[in-house]
This record gives sequence, structure tokens and C-alpha cells, in this order.
Amino acid sequence: MASGKRLDGRGLLDHRGFDIRARIIEKANGSAHVSLGKTKVMVGVKVEVGKPFPDVPDQGVLTVNAELVPMAYPLFEPGPPDENSIELARVVDRGIRESKMVDLKKLCIIPNEKAFVVFVDIYVLDHDGNLIDASAAAAAAALLSTMINKFEARDGEVSLLPETIPLPISNIPVTMTFAKIGGQIVLDPSLEEEQVMSSRLTVTVDKDGRLCALQKGGMGHMTIRDVRECVKLAIERAPQLRKSLLEAIGYGKD
Amino acid sequence: MVAPLLVGRREIVVPGDLLAEGDLRPGDNVLREDNRIYALRVGLVDLEGGRVSVVPLKGCYFPRPGDLVIGRIVEAGLTGWEVDILAPYPALLPMSETYAKGQASKADLSAIFFTGDMVIAKVIAFDRTRDPLLTTKGPGLGKAFGNRVVRISPMKVPRLIGRKGSMITMLKRETGCRIIVGQNGVVLISGRDDRAERVAVEAIYRIEREAHTKGLTDGIEDMVRRELGR
Amino acid sequence: MPMSQLSPEDLLRNGMRVDGRRWNELRPIKMEVGVLDKADGSAYIEHGKNKILVAVYGPREAHPKHIALPDRATIKCRYHMAPFSVDERKPPAPSRREIEISKVIREALEPAILSEYYPRTSIDIFIEVLQSDGGSRCAGINGASLALADAGIPMRDLVAACAVGKIAGQLALDLSDVEDKLGEADMPVAYMPTYDSVTLLQMDGSFTHDEFMAGLELAVENCKRIYQMQKEALRRQYLEVGGEGASAGR
Repeated sequence: MASGKRLDGRGLLDHRGFDIRARIIEKANGSAHVSLGKTKVMVGVKVEVGKPFPDVPDQGVLTVNAELVPMAYPLFEPGPPDENSIELARVVDRGIRESKMVDLKKLCIIPNEKAFVVFVDIYVLDHDGNLIDASAAAAAAALLSTMINKFEARDGEVSLLPETIPLPISNIPVTMTFAKIGGQIVLDPSLEEEQVMSSRLTVTVDKDGRLCALQKGGMGHMTIRDVRECVKLAIERAPQLRKSLLEAIGYGKD
Repeated sequence: MVAPLLVGRREIVVPGDLLAEGDLRPGDNVLREDNRIYALRVGLVDLEGGRVSVVPLKGCYFPRPGDLVIGRIVEAGLTGWEVDILAPYPALLPMSETYAKGQASKADLSAIFFTGDMVIAKVIAFDRTRDPLLTTKGPGLGKAFGNRVVRISPMKVPRLIGRKGSMITMLKRETGCRIIVGQNGVVLISGRDDRAERVAVEAIYRIEREAHTKGLTDGIEDMVRRELGR
Repeated sequence: MPMSQLSPEDLLRNGMRVDGRRWNELRPIKMEVGVLDKADGSAYIEHGKNKILVAVYGPREAHPKHIALPDRATIKCRYHMAPFSVDERKPPAPSRREIEISKVIREALEPAILSEYYPRTSIDIFIEVLQSDGGSRCAGINGASLALADAGIPMRDLVAACAVGKIAGQLALDLSDVEDKLGEADMPVAYMPTYDSVTLLQMDGSFTHDEFMAGLELAVENCKRIYQMQKEALRRQYLEVGGEGASAGR
């Protein structure tokens, strides 16, 4: 890698590029399948009517869950979520929540009583590294493809109408993960690279170029200089990555 | 001219403290980064022959070949015993390293050392990839008999022994007790009377507590004499 | 004024925060080392209203055996909040938040530990938050660093941590719970001064690039101050026993 080339031929800061297909599960309100190199992640979004949280009675509810499906990797085991799947879900959750991607206020039906609950379920199907970025992209694409029913609220009763509208979206975050390997920083680490990296830094950037989530991972440390460099790179590259993501799912073209 | 220490000798240092820059060589419990030497553990700085070390004040027992240890038999296996020597690794005492010859079955092994027996043993091999290997062949080794067993921090064992054995020699002389000190911090005490043993135990605990203080040998000697009315 | 009635604007009045601090002030911090009898190393931290106990066991035999690594110690970390540590009782079973925090704290301490010194063993870190008031993961890291050093585990540096956030549009150091809830961003940072490196970095909320740069600098500067407090707390622990305690004839 000293020559500036990676094992798979990429340059240090080359992204493998997302291949995205949205609306692939008819029974879900929204869905997307993302390939990032050989990593494959599917996200399904289900929207149900439930109760708002008491501390935010005027908002809908968003929950993100991640399953490291055993077929995806020999070391993934069935059972309750482990720390890796919990971290994955929570990092993706923070990107969506803190960028205010979904306008949760518009998902309140009757304050304190009824609101839409948006379940984002991440399904990792094949693990070839950088599950965070693949999952974040798949979750974003799935949310952008999500349709919810129109509703009528009368005397505290909610009835859903057959007509559907898109989920109210007010931002589109993009997530980029950098890994520190030897003395080098690489973008979008593959599985082999993750196995030798000392640390990683995940940066989520919103549509205005603001940071909305950060997460360092891995057993090593990262110099302040490297941290600054990763954040700068992420902010620079976010618009282009967002554009390619939106083009891939044909968002805003209807 | 060798670069000087950046901290006083015998000063208490903590992890991350910069001890020296330049020509000094790294000894135990320090880390060299470029040409700087940092402390890795809480301890006292030592400089000997151009090597900077930290003599740790806390820590677990880490076996070294040649160490005398006092351990407890945990289990009899097919060819030897598993011994707890208070290290992060279980030690193995193979039958071939005892005077028990020609006995092969597990039943026979348990007749030599019972589970729970204390043994005085020597570490003959340990290299991090395999568990420490013990022997009880040698003078003074074997099943341990003592009236009292005291456990102190293994890091304080050098202080209990003292420079060239000065502390432990004094303690044995003044209390009249037989005292065997394992490098793993286990100490066996047998004396003629209960009182002498109790004073010895008290002295050992005080040495552990005050290991890094000045004039300890004299202080302990005074204490023992006073307590035993000599 | 009851906290529940505060609005974000109340968090900063004439440059003063609700607890009387300025934007760049840490809460009062108290550190004690060697507070538990059975643990190999321990520490107690008060950071504002946070009260946190940390215990370290090890290096010791790894259990179960299959977690043992051939080339280094396995490091385990459990960050746990007592049910009574927060306003509303928290069920004792570890939440998803606690599981994630346990992981990132472990990854914040691992870079400092020379785990290769003790292959096939485990080093277990237990962090109990007895009272929580915002910033407990940072305070937990500060305490865990002390407890590891107290256990005599070799460390390339102490890890010091503090958070920087944003309230009412302004950068603010070391957010309390109410500030975190009503504020616009929070960024916990753990730092090893000798290496000028972060070992934990998280952030949620909204930071411009400039705010991030200034926030990181503020966090680092105050991690360095906490680092000095940690070193003093460790030294104090050993100096107390013998008064002056300067030298020991070996």
C-alpha cells in the first residue's frame, strides 16, 4: 500500500461506489438493496401507527435495528444482537436522527396519543467490509423510497386511507468511513483492510455540509491530524456521494 | 556523557511520564518511542548502568524461570498437577519433576499431592506461549508446611527480601521464625510460638504497606523488638 | 426553575450556564485511586454530579477459555448504570446504549494498554455509574485509566476524556445532562497526550466544520488538564502512605 495502491487496485481515497436498488420488497413501506464492492446490505422500512414517546409527544418515532445475518459471514452467529450490530444500528440511527432526515413532527397524528412509528431494519447479507457506510446508504435509500398512507383522525380514532404519500424528508445525510492502516488513511475499507486497520473514523455529513455524527472505532488510536484530515475529506466529498446516491434511486425525478 | 534522567531517581512515576531523552537505554516497565523513554507503570524510577527502569509498586505476579513460588494444588491430571501460583497462568507440575517415580495413574497422583495442598516449587520454564512449568526437585522444595500463610503483593517481595536479603534476614533473626518467601507474594511462617508468628505477620504486612518509604528496615527492626520485648 | 421548563435559550444567559459555569469551564472533578479491596485496581470519580466507581481485574486467566488470544490479553469492558443513577429508574439489564458505550470505552482504553505483555489472559474493566449527569462515558474513561494504572497494568499513556458540545448556538465544554438534552451537539473525546491521538471520538447533533475544529481543540486542551489531575491522583495514592515517601532502599 506504500505505493498508494490498495490490494484491490483502488487508490487510498477511492470509494468502491454504491450500487443501489430501491423498492424491492413490496410488502415493506420502503426498501433498498445496496452493494458496496462485495458487501451487500438490505434495508426494509415498515411504518405502523403507535404511540409517541412521552418526552416528545408531538413527534413520530424512529427506530433503527441491525441484524448481522449469519449467512453473511462465518463469524456472525444467530442470537440476540451483539455489540457490533448494536453499534452499527446506533451509528446509522444517529446519522438519520441528528441530520433530521425524517421530519418526525409531520409523523405525529394526535399529540400524546397517536403517531407513525418508522422501523428501519438493516439486514447485512454479505460482509466484505465497511458495513456502516453500506447500511447508512441503504437506510437512506430505503427511507427515501418509503411511502406512508394518508390518514384521517376523527374523535381520537385514526383511519388510514388507501392513498399513499412519501415519507416527509427534510435532509439527506451521507456517511463515510475512513480506516487507519499503517501510516495511511483509506476511505471505504474492505474486509481485509478492516482486519489490519488500527482504527476507523465514521463521519456523517448533512446536506449543508455540517457534521451530524462521528464515531471512532477499532483498537488503535488516531492522531488529531488524521482526525482533522478525515473530517475535511468527508465534508468535501459528501455532495458528490449524495448526488450519486440520489441518481441511483432516481430520487426527485418523478 | 550520558543524558540525565528527567525525573529524580526513586521518584514515583505513573504511566506516560517522560523519564529520559537521548542516550539512556530502556530497561523494565518503560517504553521507548523515538529517543524518548516513558514509564509504563506506577513505580519508582531506577537507573543502573545506563538503563532506565521502573520498579513497579502494583501488579500481578509474572512468572520467571528460576523463581521460587508457593502455590496450591488445584487438580491432579493424568501426568501431573495443576498449581495455582497466583499468576495469570495456571502452572503445571509434571510427575517427572517430583520425587514420585513410576506412578502413572490419576489415583496415585492424588495420593502424593492432595487438592488444596501447598507446594514450594521452582519455575523451570515459561515463555508466554505455554503455561509455566514447575519442579519440586531440589532442597527445600516440595509439600509446604507452615503455621501461617501470608499473601502480599508480588511487587513488594523485593522489599520484603531487602538488599542482599537484609530485611528478611533481620526478620528471621529477630522473630526466630522460619520464613519462606515466594516470588509470587505467598509467604510461609513457622515459629516456636504464636506471638512471634503474629509479630512476623504484622511486620510483613507493614513492609508491604510502606515498601516505598525511607528507613524501613530500621523501623521494622524497632517494631519487632518492641513487640517481642527484646 | 425546574429543569423540565427550561428552553435552549435558558442554557446560556449573559455568558453564564445554568450551573454558573462559563462556556469553557469544566465541572468540579474529584479522583480517588485504590478504593476497593478485592479488585486488582480501582478508582472513584466525581465529575459534577456523576459518581462513578471503576474496578479492574487482571491480567488473569481468561474465562471462558475460547476468548483467550494467542498474542495478547483479551480486554473486556462493562459500562453499567445503576438503576437509581438517573431520574427515572433504569432497568438493570444492559441497554443498547450501555452495550455500545461499553464497546467504545474498551476501544478508548485498548490503545493505551500493552496487552501483548500478557497473551492468553484477560483484563476486565467494570465501570459502575452510581449517579449520572451527562458525560458519564468520559468520566468512566478517566476513572478506568486510573484503575488500570492502579492494577499495575502497563500503559503507554493515561487516557483522559471530556466532551464538548453546543448550547444555544455556542460551543460549550463538558455538558451536563440538561445541557446535553436541550443542546444542539455533543462530542465526547478521549485523548492520549503523549501521542496527540484520540482513542474515542463520537459526536451527535450539528457542527459546522469550524465549530468542529474549535470544539476538538477545546476538548484536547481540557483532556490535557484532566490528564494532569489523573497523574496527581495516582501519585497522591502512593505518597500518602509514607508521608514524603520519596525513596526506598531496595
